[in-house]
Amino acid sequence: MLCRVADSLFWMSRYLERAENQARFIDVTSSIALGYRGSEQALWSSLLHAGGDAEAFLQRYAAPTRENIINYLLFDRRNLNSVVSCLTAARENARSVRETLTAPLWEAVNRFYLRVRTDAAQQPRILKQPHQFLERIKRSAHQVLGVREATWSHEDAWHFSSLGYQLERADKTSRILDVRYFLLLPMLHTGSEQLDVVQWAALLESTGALQMYRRTWGPIQPARVVDFLVLSPTFPRSLRFCIDAAEATLRAISGNTTADPRNEAEVLVSETSRRLASLRAEDIMATGLHPFIDQFQTTLNGIGAAVSGTYFQIPTPA
Amino acid sequence: MTQTAPNYDELLTPSGVPRHSALSECLAALSADVLAERQKLAEEELLEKGITFAVYGHDAGTEKIWPFDVVPRPIPAHEWQQIEAGLKQRIRALNLFLDDVYNEGRILRDAVIPEALIRTAKTYRPECRGFRPPGGVWTHVTGTDLVRHHDGTLYVLEDNLRCPSGVSYVLENREIMKRVLPEVFEGSVIAPIDDYPERLLEKLLSTAPADAEHPTAVVLTPGIYNSAYFEHSFLAQQMGIELVTGPDLFVDRDDTVWMKTTRGPRKVDVIYRRIDDDFLDPEVFRPDSMLGVPGLMRAFRAGRVTLANAPGTGVADDKAVYQYVPDIIRYYLSEEPILSNVPTYLCSDPQQCAYVLENLASLVVKPTNESGGYGILMGPVASQDERERCAESIRRDPRNYIAQPMLTLSTVPTVINGRLAPRHVDLRPFILFGEQTFVLPGGLTRVALREGSMIVNSSQGGGSKDTWVLQQN
Repeated sequence: MLCRVADSLFWMSRYLERAENQARFIDVTSSIALGYRGSEQALWSSLLHAGGDAEAFLQRYAAPTRENIINYLLFDRRNLNSVVSCLTAARENARSVRETLTAPLWEAVNRFYLRVRTDAAQQPRILKQPHQFLERIKRSAHQVLGVREATWSHEDAWHFSSLGYQLERADKTSRILDVRYFLLLPMLHTGSEQLDVVQWAALLESTGALQMYRRTWGPIQPARVVDFLVLSPTFPRSLRFCIDAAEATLRAISGNTTADPRNEAEVLVSETSRRLASLRAEDIMATGLHPFIDQFQTTLNGIGAAVSGTYFQIPTPA
Repeated sequence: MTQTAPNYDELLTPSGVPRHSALSECLAALSADVLAERQKLAEEELLEKGITFAVYGHDAGTEKIWPFDVVPRPIPAHEWQQIEAGLKQRIRALNLFLDDVYNEGRILRDAVIPEALIRTAKTYRPECRGFRPPGGVWTHVTGTDLVRHHDGTLYVLEDNLRCPSGVSYVLENREIMKRVLPEVFEGSVIAPIDDYPERLLEKLLSTAPADAEHPTAVVLTPGIYNSAYFEHSFLAQQMGIELVTGPDLFVDRDDTVWMKTTRGPRKVDVIYRRIDDDFLDPEVFRPDSMLGVPGLMRAFRAGRVTLANAPGTGVADDKAVYQYVPDIIRYYLSEEPILSNVPTYLCSDPQQCAYVLENLASLVVKPTNESGGYGILMGPVASQDERERCAESIRRDPRNYIAQPMLTLSTVPTVINGRLAPRHVDLRPFILFGEQTFVLPGGLTRVALREGSMIVNSSQGGGSKDTWVLQQN
């Protein structure tokens, strides 16, 4: 597989996954903002923090109102992480490696992009009532995943695409957990108040985890929510699941069947995987979720850089 | 513009009798609404499949949907046999010519073609002197432009021996056609075209350097902003080979070409390059080229890699050399040309130049080394001012211009605002040259969508049609 093509497949997948997460975050936030008893602005602002976009946002918008934030996250082309920007980038990447995608997969990505572009013409209406639009984004993203699964041989191209999805998911789950936990934390410590089940449920729902959590744990308890999103070995958006999957993907790419990692990226994922397997949610909460996620983010960046150095950026021999 | 002579219509005789009754009956049975609806369906499908081309001069990355018209252009079997034989003859002669001008130069010594004409051609590549490509194949892929004048004769308008494009649209047009207007296929037996990618791959692999045991072929593209990017990507996908850009390749000290893969460098033996000669290798041609591969010509000349088409083929489709193609055919093959050439006046010849300058109002003037319909003056429809500026350019650089009488292109009914109206068309068949020369039945029919217009280039408002070579039942 050409290095350039592997790079584009990786990023195509990251952008598609990013668009879907963005849509889900906004959808869940819209839903819990109705009748919210805390600061609605803090709730919406948390989405900016989750994307690491708060500063850039404030440079461009007067106030962090709901509509401004939704606009920024969905339609603003200056925001490289907006849904429109993500899909433009995903489609551009797909177009540059179109010959390696199956025809149905390319068409699914192209349709996804065209659909959002057409819908974006109704921006004012969507800003007021984003739900149907967000639902279509999620559905289109799932369609791409389905076509990808059903039509593409599980070879290098597929693996590099998978790796993009896995790392992006790990990143997004960790970020949303970080910012929402921060909002819920004060209530957790006052003790007197009843547990805000609605808010904890919403945190799970932000990653589409609520139903699966219920089947595993039943009643909502903060430590179990953290356990589920960070340490579940079976839920496809938990940190641990994504890292384990990335490890398997990296080994499939290098053809490594031995116990030892073969390159820097494999070293990093295997260390992280072992660490996550040995942790308990209580330990993480006792030392603080935020520093834990901070460190996790640093590791993710390191994995991304190592993958790029090993597979994407090959200098021309002199 | 008004026509003095009646148009030749590809579907109807002048007295209105259908030339192909089955097709005409099917079309007649479709109401205007149905045609318009199918036309819309076709456009939606093209959009979803991302079948586009980029137009230069707009924002980078501006893609336009490939304009497609649902009424096919038929070619009867007996006529196609002539065309096919004529194209094979022409391409064979032109490849012998290329081999000769870059080696012995017999045709120049025998004064069949003035040596000065070759030496002054901008597309003549001294770098190719003394080179013989594997199998004597210089032009692996040719896309010859044919037009039918109102006298019913088909003429070769241009040979396009460098990087002709359009074949992907031929294949996609047929696919779209089958999906949106299946009923018109009834009662007609049409030559299939689906095997083109297979044939192209065979051709590329068969011209690999002799020492390549399991040769690897790639398609080299300038990238996603090139107007024909869709085609590059389509062909790579259909052949199951890598689509590479210049920076994906490098040439080592032993003149071997490699591509950078995630498993390390992989040797490349054949490059179907869709980059012009000028940009191919910054070491030899334009040093500012970011699209090419440094050292590629070295590897090519050392016989370590096959370039399809070979560099330097442009000298044979120089519009001034065009006039000599009938002589070229006679010289190398001792045969009479099967296909007609358009009478051509060379401005490099003082007498012919004087004639051209006196008759600008009735002639078409073309620069000898341009494609895509750029720089052409259509004398009969040009303004006085345009003609004067053209005359000035001719006087300044006569070698750079030729002139031809204005041909009236034949027409095919086309869906215009929901109804059928005649529009002018040309035809670009594709030829894969080699020991076994293959001509794709039909080719790309381009149509000028503006009433009366003869400009069929997609960059200038042209559309396209499916082309049917009708077989006998």
